[in-house]
Amino acid sequence: MSIDIRTSDVVSETNAESLTGDEGTTVSGWAPGAPEPRPRKVGGLRRTDVLAVGGAAIGSLGVTALLYVLLPFSGALGFIIIAYLFFITIYAVLVSLDESKAAIRDRVAATVIHSIAFLMLLALVFVVVFTVIRGWEALINSNFYTEDMSGAGPLDPLTMGGILHAIVGTLIIIAIALALVIPLGLGCAIFLNEMPGPFARIVRTITEAMTALPSIVAGLFIYASLILMFGFQKSGFAAALAISVMMLPIMIRSADVVLRLVPGSLKEASYALGAGQWSTIWRVTLPTAKSGLMTSIILGTALGIGETAPILLTAGFTASLNVNPVEGPMIALPLATWEFVKSPEPSMIARGFGTAATLMVLVLILFIIARIIGGRGAGNLSSMQARRAKGRSRRDLARMESNQVEDKAVFANLTGIT
Amino acid sequence: MATTVLPRAGESLADPTPPESRALTTRLSVVDRAFRAVSGASGAMVLLIMTLVGLFLGIRAFDAISEAGFSFITTQEWEPDGGNFGIAAILSGTVFIALSAIIIVVPLSTAVALYISEYAPRRIKRTLISLVDLMAAVPSVVFGLWGFFFLQNHMIGISRWISTYFGWVPIFSVDGSDPDDPLSTATVFTSSTFIAAVVVAIMVAPFTTAVMREVFSQAPIGEREGAYALGATKWGMIRSVVIPFGKGGMIGGTMLGLGRALGETIVVALIISPIFIIQPHILQNGANSVSALIALRYGEATPFGTSALMAAGLALFLITLVVNFAASSIVARTRSGASTDE
Repeated sequence: MSIDIRTSDVVSETNAESLTGDEGTTVSGWAPGAPEPRPRKVGGLRRTDVLAVGGAAIGSLGVTALLYVLLPFSGALGFIIIAYLFFITIYAVLVSLDESKAAIRDRVAATVIHSIAFLMLLALVFVVVFTVIRGWEALINSNFYTEDMSGAGPLDPLTMGGILHAIVGTLIIIAIALALVIPLGLGCAIFLNEMPGPFARIVRTITEAMTALPSIVAGLFIYASLILMFGFQKSGFAAALAISVMMLPIMIRSADVVLRLVPGSLKEASYALGAGQWSTIWRVTLPTAKSGLMTSIILGTALGIGETAPILLTAGFTASLNVNPVEGPMIALPLATWEFVKSPEPSMIARGFGTAATLMVLVLILFIIARIIGGRGAGNLSSMQARRAKGRSRRDLARMESNQVEDKAVFANLTGIT
Repeated sequence: MATTVLPRAGESLADPTPPESRALTTRLSVVDRAFRAVSGASGAMVLLIMTLVGLFLGIRAFDAISEAGFSFITTQEWEPDGGNFGIAAILSGTVFIALSAIIIVVPLSTAVALYISEYAPRRIKRTLISLVDLMAAVPSVVFGLWGFFFLQNHMIGISRWISTYFGWVPIFSVDGSDPDDPLSTATVFTSSTFIAAVVVAIMVAPFTTAVMREVFSQAPIGEREGAYALGATKWGMIRSVVIPFGKGGMIGGTMLGLGRALGETIVVALIISPIFIIQPHILQNGANSVSALIALRYGEATPFGTSALMAAGLALFLITLVVNFAASSIVARTRSGASTDE
């Protein structure tokens, strides 16, 4: 393919308007008085594109239907797969009629990527929708959220019993875990960033290694040590410890990354103004990294809430509400789901799906909070924050100006010069 | 406060004795000293906890491993109280499930990530990014329910089809299924490695996709435009700029996904029916994994049985560890590496 573009053409097509508008000069290739050249349309659909897709679709359906009539094929899924393969082939052939090889590859790749992405995203959405639909029967009863299962057996209808005990259990367990993990995790992440050295390197390596710890092994650790060795009973506190062991390395790692992204120039500016290490961290590093840290905490929480395996080993099982984390078994939403669906009874399975849907809503809420807080990088303010910052600097300006006026007055008084 | 000494007017610049370099000493304020103590203590505390976990697992696991000896690696059965136990079957089962899942995940995730970063219209792009991120946070038990109550029934047909037409490939063959016999039972296809792998794949996919998309979207704009200016089609640009640039992130994301797939408990425990032989026929009923074994067996385990489970858990931990470190070293060595460090 030969390309023959003269400079004058390019200029006249792209810049003619601005050039004549700004400087009043004319550019060769565009005579004054001639109709103004329209910008060439790039992109968009051509008729052949639409025809090729439509033709390939119709052709593939036809061929597949014919195959199904002539040959002993059956099954809806098979039909879709065969039709899809025919579609790709026929489409490639149609495109090849008037395009080059590179263009054919481009079209086929685009088709495949679009279809896989569509299928995958659909599957993901379907997982969520499926859970809600199967749990709908249980979800629409208000007693599902206000009662526990102590009064309801497997044969009782969905208008009896609920998952209050699991909701409360989840909240208590995650609250204890967060109370342990946030101070320790943030402290350790700050330590890794602020006091580098051989010791910090060891801590960082060990922490990174522990992110590989499978969650069930974290549960097994607490089960074997706290419960079997020290004779604690299965309880919400044990479950919270297991979750903490699992969450701690993950939290440290993500907080470490966020803290590392704080620009060194900001910290240096703070030191240059005479601030100490702690006040630099408190007034510069942490506020700058705040949104990132919140995001890492909230996403870590979502991870901890959804984890079943460690709770399975450490929390025990109960059908009644228990608000004491150190005594008696406690149950959490994922574990309740697991216990519900082990029953063959349809109503129990519906409860299981309802529990899973509730858990999902909880994660969704956490996720939305994370998005609201952490959606912006450091320094990008929301309109509210920007307005507040502007107000602050306006007040500062007023203060400085009034000081200046006073200074001038004092100066004038002292020297007699106005 | 020391001051810098400048040469005086009388002194010649060629003074043979150079000014001594000023000693800089830092005297920390009380607050800073307290901060350093607290921060160092939290670092030490984390180190202590992590080391304790590791040591405890190691010591308890050692009891079991020393009892079993070398046969711990080669034995397929799991009867710890009879002394006859090993990780040959469960560890291979774990690896089969995770590898099959990853083979399914890589093309899917790559396509979705490419779609979101390259093809998706600007309007829906942000929504799709949020959707994928959100799905990565959905609890695995939700995927497990979906796999168990929905996918299981629909996968049997696909399993049967694959085993009928590709049964000559050893891993796809299924004992006890006869494609010519219309009455042959479908149960040989249920609860298989393959079905567990598909569900694990769907569960891991958002995570892998999120990492890949992040890297793809960072491919330098100049190089993209360079490719277009040289006449590349969109796919040509993707192949010559985006994918080479994002290779590190793709490998890293895949490995991190593999780490997750190896440790997945609930999905696998819901779907498989545990067996204790090495089962390379991935379409056939019966599979096993370390974490599912722990979840199903911890309750009735004797103290020694718990040690044996810990030994299995430790073996899984070591594999995940190798995978994770390999991932981070691969990612760190590539161009896009710095950005995927998470």
